[in-house]
Amino acid sequence: MTDTSRFSPPTRQWLKTGEGNFTLRLAGRLDVNTASAALKTIVPELKIRSPLYLAINIEDIHFFDDFGAVVLFELKKQTEDQKGTAEIIGVHKSTQSILDRITFEPDSNETKQTPRSDNFPERLGEATFKFCSNLGYLLSFFGAVLVAVCHVFRQPKRLRLNDMIFQMEKTGVNALPIVGMISFLLGLIMAFMSSIQLKQFGANIYVASLVALAMISELGPIMTAIIVSGRSGSAFAAEIATMKVSEEIDALFTMGFDPVIFLTIPRLFAAIIVVPILTVLSNLFAITGGLVIGVTMLNLTTGSYISQSVEAITLFEILWGLFKSIVFAVLIAWTGCLRGFQARGGASAVGNAATSAVVSSIFLIILFDSVFAVIRSYWW
Amino acid sequence: MEKEKIIQVKNLTVKYGDHTILDSVSFDVYSGEILVILGGSGCGKTTLLRHMIGLETSFSGSVAIDDEMITDKDESQMFNVFQKIGVLFQGSALIGSMTIGENIALPLQEYANLPQRSIQLLIQTKLASVNLLGFDRHLPSEISGGMKKRAGLARAMALNPRILFLDEPSAGLDPVTSAEIDQLILKINHELSTTIVIITHELASIFKVASRIIMLDKSKKGIIAEGDPNYLKEHSENRLVRRFFNRNPDL
Repeated sequence: MTDTSRFSPPTRQWLKTGEGNFTLRLAGRLDVNTASAALKTIVPELKIRSPLYLAINIEDIHFFDDFGAVVLFELKKQTEDQKGTAEIIGVHKSTQSILDRITFEPDSNETKQTPRSDNFPERLGEATFKFCSNLGYLLSFFGAVLVAVCHVFRQPKRLRLNDMIFQMEKTGVNALPIVGMISFLLGLIMAFMSSIQLKQFGANIYVASLVALAMISELGPIMTAIIVSGRSGSAFAAEIATMKVSEEIDALFTMGFDPVIFLTIPRLFAAIIVVPILTVLSNLFAITGGLVIGVTMLNLTTGSYISQSVEAITLFEILWGLFKSIVFAVLIAWTGCLRGFQARGGASAVGNAATSAVVSSIFLIILFDSVFAVIRSYWW
Repeated sequence: MEKEKIIQVKNLTVKYGDHTILDSVSFDVYSGEILVILGGSGCGKTTLLRHMIGLETSFSGSVAIDDEMITDKDESQMFNVFQKIGVLFQGSALIGSMTIGENIALPLQEYANLPQRSIQLLIQTKLASVNLLGFDRHLPSEISGGMKKRAGLARAMALNPRILFLDEPSAGLDPVTSAEIDQLILKINHELSTTIVIITHELASIFKVASRIIMLDKSKKGIIAEGDPNYLKEHSENRLVRRFFNRNPDL
C-alpha cells in the first residue's frame, strides 16, 4: 500500500434509479485521510442532482472509520436540507458498529451548562454579588494576616526567619539595580526639565531643592513601590498560586502549618523591611542624577547643590516618605499573597493571579497616596 | 506486510551530563502491534518515549518513524511526523484554559478540514468512545484525574493516528476504569489497526493488551528482555524479569 493510495478519496458512481431517485456507490477508502476530499467532491455533485431519495451504497468501502461515518452523516444532512431523504445501504457488520456510535444529534446537549444571562439587571446583580463576595474575601484575608501577625509576635519562633531573609534578598537586594537605575534617570530628567523653566529666572539653584523634595515626599516612595509591586508582588502571587493549584498549600495545611503564617508573614515582613530601605536608596540615586545635571549643565558646584538639597529637606518629610513606603509595602505583600491564595484552576489561573496582583496593588498604592496627600494638606 | 517495521530505534544513547540513562538501545516496532515498554521506576522509560516522538535530541543513535528519520530533523520537518502520531502524556497535558471539547477540537479544526457540524459530531464520537459524553464543556480542572486521562486519550486519537504513544494510561485509575481503558486500547488497535506503544506498570493490563514487551533496566541502561509476556513470565532466564512478572521480589 503506497502513500498516495492512502490519501486518494473513494471512487464515486452515481446511478439514476428513477425520477429524483439516485444511488451513490462508493468504493475505496473513506477515513481520516480522505474524509475532507470526499466531502469536497461529493457535496457539489449532490447539490446538482438534489435527489428526493438517495441510497448511499458503501459495500465496496474497504477502509472505514469514524471520520467516514461523519462524512456519511453530513451527506445525509445535506440531502435532508434539500428536502430529500437518504439511506445508507450495504453496511458490513464491522462498519455498522462504527456507524452506531454516531446516532446522536450534535447539538443534543447544548443546554447542559447554565446559560449566560443576557438580562441586564440579572447580570448587574451577579456582578454585584461577585464584587461583594470578593470584598468579603479581601477583608477576611486581611483579618487572617492580622491574626497571623499577632501569633508570630506571641510565638516568635513560628516566624520562618530563613524564608524571610531569602525573601528580603529577592525583594530587596535583587531589586536594587533596577530601582537605582530608574531613580537615577528620573532625577536626571526632573532636573533637566525643571532647569529649562528655572533658568529663565536665574533660579538654577532651586533645581536641587525641587528634585530632593519631590523625590523624598512623593516620587521616591511611589516609584519604588510600583517597581517592587511589578517585580515581587507578581512573583508572590504566581508562586503562591502555583502552590495552590498543585495542592502544595493543602499539603502544608494537613501537616499542621498555617499557610498564612508559613507563606504570607515572611513575605510581608520582608517587604516591610526592604521597601523603606529601597526608598531611601532611590532618593539618593535621584539626587545623584539631579547633581549630574546641576554640575554639568547648570554651572552649580557639587557643594552648593548638596547643601541646597539638605536645606530643602526636613526630618518630617523623610519620615513621612518612609511611613508611606511602609504602607505601600504592606499593600504589595498583602495583595500579592491574596491573589495567590484566591487562584483556582490551572496554568491560566496563575497568570491571572500575577496580573491582578500587580493591577490591584498599583491601584491601591495610588489610592492610598492620594488619601495621604489629602490628609497632609488638610490636617497639617 | 505482516511484519512491516513502523518504528526503528537504532543504538540510541541518552546522557544527561555524565549520567548515562540509556546505552545503545535498539529495537523495532511492527505495524499494527501493541508494544509495551516496562521496567522499574527511573529506568528511562519516559525518556525513551520522549526520544521516540522526537521531543529530545539524542546523544547518539537514530529513531525512524515510518521510514522517516526523526533524529536528524528540525522542528518544521517534524511536522509531517507529528500528523502520524498521537501522544497521551503522563499528566494528560490538557490545555487548562480550554474545555475538554475544545481540547479535542484543537487538532480536528487545525488538520481535518471538515465543516463545523462534522467536527462537533466527531468530538461527540471521540468523547463517547472514552465514556465522557456530556463533559465537553467542563474545564480540565473540573474533572477527576481518571477523566483527564481519558480526555487526553480522546485528544491523542482525535485524528486516528497510525501510531499512538501512551505514557502510563492507567496509572492512578481504579481497576474497572483501567480495564475499560485496556478494552479501548484493544478496540482502537483492532478497528483501525493502529500501532500502539504503551508505557505501563500494571501487570494485569500488560498481560491483557501486549502483543510484545520490551523491558528496560536501570543497571544495564538498556533492554533486558523482549518478547511475549506470558512466555517471559515462566521461561525467562533473567531473574529480574521473572521477579517483575510474578510480582515477587524474592525469586
